[in-house]
Amino acid sequence: MRKKSIYSVILIVAFWAVGSGIVLAEELALLTWKGYAPVNLVEKFQKETGITVKVTYSNNEEMIAKLRATRGAGFDLAQPSQDRISSVQQQFKIYQPIDLSKIDSKQIIPSMLEAVKQNTMVDGKPHAVPFCWGTSGLVVNRKFAPNATDYSDLLNAFYNGRISYRLKRPTLIALAFAAGENPFAKYSNEKDYEELMNRIGTAMIAAKPFVKSYWTNGDALLESMRSGEVHLAMAWDGAGWKLHAEDPNIDFVAPRSGALGWIDTFAIPAKAKNVKAAYKWINFMLRPENAAAFTNAEKYGTASNGANQYLDASVRANFERCFPMRHIANIKWYPPVPAKLESIEGKTLDKVKAAQ
Amino acid sequence: MDKNGMHDRLRWGLLLFLTPVFLWLVLLIVLPQIDLLIMSFRVESGYGDSSWSLYNYRQFFEEPIYWLTFVRTAVYSVLVTFLTFVVALPVAFYITKVVHPRFQGFLTVLLLLPFWVSELVRVYGWMILLRESGVINHFLLRMGLLQQPVEMLYQDATMIMGLVYTSMLFMVVPLISALESLDNSLIEAAYDLGANMGSILYKIIIPHATPGIVSGSIVVFMLTLGNYLTPNLMGGKNSLWFTEQIYNQFIASFNWNQGSAFGFLLLFLSSVIVWLGLKLTRQNLRKVVQ
Repeated sequence: MRKKSIYSVILIVAFWAVGSGIVLAEELALLTWKGYAPVNLVEKFQKETGITVKVTYSNNEEMIAKLRATRGAGFDLAQPSQDRISSVQQQFKIYQPIDLSKIDSKQIIPSMLEAVKQNTMVDGKPHAVPFCWGTSGLVVNRKFAPNATDYSDLLNAFYNGRISYRLKRPTLIALAFAAGENPFAKYSNEKDYEELMNRIGTAMIAAKPFVKSYWTNGDALLESMRSGEVHLAMAWDGAGWKLHAEDPNIDFVAPRSGALGWIDTFAIPAKAKNVKAAYKWINFMLRPENAAAFTNAEKYGTASNGANQYLDASVRANFERCFPMRHIANIKWYPPVPAKLESIEGKTLDKVKAAQ
Repeated sequence: MDKNGMHDRLRWGLLLFLTPVFLWLVLLIVLPQIDLLIMSFRVESGYGDSSWSLYNYRQFFEEPIYWLTFVRTAVYSVLVTFLTFVVALPVAFYITKVVHPRFQGFLTVLLLLPFWVSELVRVYGWMILLRESGVINHFLLRMGLLQQPVEMLYQDATMIMGLVYTSMLFMVVPLISALESLDNSLIEAAYDLGANMGSILYKIIIPHATPGIVSGSIVVFMLTLGNYLTPNLMGGKNSLWFTEQIYNQFIASFNWNQGSAFGFLLLFLSSVIVWLGLKLTRQNLRKVVQ
């Protein structure tokens, strides 16, 4: 009898130890884009803090949908683009305000921090801090398309069957700029915006026969550019620079009507369980040497102040080659997207996809 | 008395075992469905406030792209179902009637084999084979049959082939079980009486296998109609499938109300099509399910 009770005590202690062991292994559930949590940085973070990072890859739309479904639960940290935060926050309340006192703001480029703070301000409180930035523009295979300089070339019959872009809002915005319009100025006027989108949609349908495919996944696009199936695509600068490293013929081109500038951020979901770990990860990722490691791997610009000295020469060369001053000045930064515009754009994109 | 007690205990036992299933069904399937149904009848105006309306359903009938997409999806699904049947019947007949019984199990396992990997992997396999710089083009160029690589991916025909491939199994299995009960002597007698292949097929095999054909067709039709992956990945630029429309409403447009309305329309309209199919072939759902 006594033996039995001793055993059971041992068992209980053992269970308790295992159980608390599980509790001790802290976790950070991160909802982010592909490439934003490189394995080596995740491992380094774990060594430093003991926190395991559980990464889920997604995109802007799916991030919002996922957090909306749970009213902001299930993840400790998300990385939406800065223009997709304020209206979503007003409608669905899926984020919590960010506490800037817990952020090491010396590590962040001041102008970018300020811009994101302003753009994600809801009820007088900021909801995000910047992580990285980049632009959308053209990725061109110079061997076959040496003269492609603007988004309008995406509709050009000359590149018949060799064009690829995403059926997503950046394409609509880009084509509107190429048509000489300023879609951002029409954000506030639903009617004008709808009329503009209809016009862009019609042009896209007319040029649909020249399209090879509407790409949906970055890897698939890289593969079709690499294999020479696509000569001209609308994509992110990082994707173009990745390809440039493999094949010097392919490069990113900042379009004449302006590359579209985005900033991806850190935002904390409303019902995050491990907020402390979220702040730790933010500060860790923006530390100059870590931010530089990310940029060296993924080629996207960083919001980290002082990361420049750690960048590879080839990465710095990318920016210098593709973004001389006049192109930088011409970048069109996304302002926050008001509600309702998404359904107008969605309908236009549906029409384009359905057209025969 | 004793018997009654046993009955009671049985009932409690049954209840105990059914509770998890019941909870699962109600909490994870019935309640969310009801939530979606309610959502589909509401329209959001601006920030957070919403009202009852049939607007979401009206949208489907008033916007040609929506119902045209549905019609397209339904027509292609019927076509896929028919093609699957045409491909599956000889296979099922071969396995049940022609091949030596010893190999029957082996052949069935061979049919099952591709289904041990996920649909996504299978579709990517097809993409590697069919793309412009893919395996098939490579060989055709090597053999000199082609001068220029041809894009075989991103076409409706490719998508239909992919869908037929994906749903083959669900047609073959019911056909095998239907054909197993067919008496070989009927076919032999028909031959003795001078019937040819065609009349044997139409007068003996198909009538006998009808319940299997119908149940297989229902499964294949519903699976194809509700497929998202294959049309999306293999179909390319023109292949707007109705499920993708639902996805777009939920994810891209943030319009969950419209998305759920589409979801219920898909459920309702596909049920109508199945019901019509049963009526046209004069089949009884109860008999088919058996």
